[in-house]
Amino acid sequence: MSDVVMRATREGYGEGLVELYKKRKDMVVLDADLASATKTAMFEKSHPDKFFNCGIAEANMIGVAAGLATTGKPATSKSAAVPRLVFASSFAMFAAGRAFEQIRNSIAYPNLNVKIGATHGGISVGEDGASHQCNEDIALMRVLPNMTIINPADSVEARAAVLAMAEHNGPVYMRFGRLAVPVFNDRETYKFQLGKGLQLREGTDVTIIATGLLVAQALEAHDILAGQGISARVINIHTIKPIDAEIIAKAAKETGRIITVEEHSVIGGLGDAVCSVLAEAGSVPVKKIGIEDRFGYSGPALELLKEFGLCSENIVKVTKEFCGK
Amino acid sequence: METIANLNLQITACKVRMGIIEGTYHAKSGHPGGSLGLADTITYLYMSHMKVNPQKPDDPTRDRLVLSKGHNAPALYAALAQRGFFPPEEMKELRKIGSRLQGHPVMGVTPGVDFSTGSLGQGISAACGMALAGKLDKADYKVYAILGDGEVQEGQVWEAAMFAAHYKLDNLVTVIDNNNLQSDRTIDEVMSLAPLDEKWAAFGWRVITIDAHDFGQIESAFDYAADVSGENADKPTLIIQKSVKGKGVPFMENKPSWHGVAPNKEQYISAMAGLKVKLVTLEKELSDLQGGN
Repeated sequence: MSDVVMRATREGYGEGLVELYKKRKDMVVLDADLASATKTAMFEKSHPDKFFNCGIAEANMIGVAAGLATTGKPATSKSAAVPRLVFASSFAMFAAGRAFEQIRNSIAYPNLNVKIGATHGGISVGEDGASHQCNEDIALMRVLPNMTIINPADSVEARAAVLAMAEHNGPVYMRFGRLAVPVFNDRETYKFQLGKGLQLREGTDVTIIATGLLVAQALEAHDILAGQGISARVINIHTIKPIDAEIIAKAAKETGRIITVEEHSVIGGLGDAVCSVLAEAGSVPVKKIGIEDRFGYSGPALELLKEFGLCSENIVKVTKEFCGK
Repeated sequence: METIANLNLQITACKVRMGIIEGTYHAKSGHPGGSLGLADTITYLYMSHMKVNPQKPDDPTRDRLVLSKGHNAPALYAALAQRGFFPPEEMKELRKIGSRLQGHPVMGVTPGVDFSTGSLGQGISAACGMALAGKLDKADYKVYAILGDGEVQEGQVWEAAMFAAHYKLDNLVTVIDNNNLQSDRTIDEVMSLAPLDEKWAAFGWRVITIDAHDFGQIESAFDYAADVSGENADKPTLIIQKSVKGKGVPFMENKPSWHGVAPNKEQYISAMAGLKVKLVTLEKELSDLQGGN
């Protein structure tokens, strides 16, 4: 593992913002006094006149973002409207959590072009403890009409997802992590396609569908399982909504068993989204790995992930039991 | 303000009030009290002050209005109808299935509505965002936000008040419709705001207090807000307008019970008859004045 680069997805977010500005000079980035942590400070440094710190006032920040996004180029007979591209950032807890109703009524309902860059998602926030470990944000955002949800697996995917926002109009919730995690995508060749799941490993006995930083753990689990005679397909779902129903249905049909892995409550997240697809597409047995219905606590991120079973070892264990081996 | 201009505004405001009664009566729900109290200011803004074009509602150079107290949608709709954004007869469709006139304003659905509101405290933040965009784009449009006095109890309003002053949004004009009544009781009984003017001044705003039913004072207040030269530069403006909830329909005036209740048939007939008499009187006054020249 010594040659693996470790980098947090929030780094890819900051990097993506700086680059995106080259394409979208109308772009504005807002933060709520967490710029150095969310990495919007990278954008602030390069484009200080397009960065606005809103202070510790997330509700207002979301409203300001909405107001900004009502401006831009209106539609003409020849071209569609190009609304201003606005990013608003905070920790997942204070974006999706505290400002939920502002996101619902001021962004999702009027379908405005605001991208919520929510960092510090999940339990890997670590030592700060449960007040800051947001394991509910994906559930909260999934129920909102018009909302798209992206949860990148590494910093390369994070950067690419941000760059893809130049071409996407409408509300998006982007979840990024605090913890440095393995970079397994190749920056030069990686292509981000909104709404498309990625099959990273072939497999015939079972499919592990993972999202966010646990995709790397799923890849590790694949290798361990291969050594033990289990062929596990691995799918990365970076877009949780709209979800790639096709790749999930195909995996269910071809492997007969599905395991979902997410750094989020097992209620309302990727696991439930996959189950919804399968309920329509033809049910197969599913195991959900995620945060059981409980709060986290303080501790080093990697130790916490292990405690909560969000690691390759536990994925291997659950998979073997599931496959009766 | 010249007498003829004043009379014309009073006539249109009377039609706006009739639209409010028409709409809430046919919907059998809605908020007539606050809407009637807002009728004069919103009439003035759309008929005499704001740069808007009913033929091009999304003109990027237009002035914007965010009705942060979204429950007064009937006043906004009736004023937009008088300004020509859609026919006044459409007021009868208020709150009905398939109608463009939703219970609370929705942008993109009703021509002329600049932002979706209804959840109190949120509109002023969006207005701040629009004003900030105006500064970024070096556009000369103005942004108006209308808040209820009870709405000011929302913490988000104060977040926005800080933001507007911090970013020197002197292209933002906020109106607080101060009728002293909120849904349950009077403001002072529920949660006092006093001293409202001093609080906003302390937050860095220019503050002016006016009578919400005097077009001369309304005009002066918005002219004052428009002048951001010299020492007025960089500060957002707050207009506190002392209004009478239910204004123009005597049996609704100053009655908290008319906050969120529609008139029944008898009340509808009585309210419309009163407004009709007022309208005829104003039109005669105008005609006499013009004929007498």
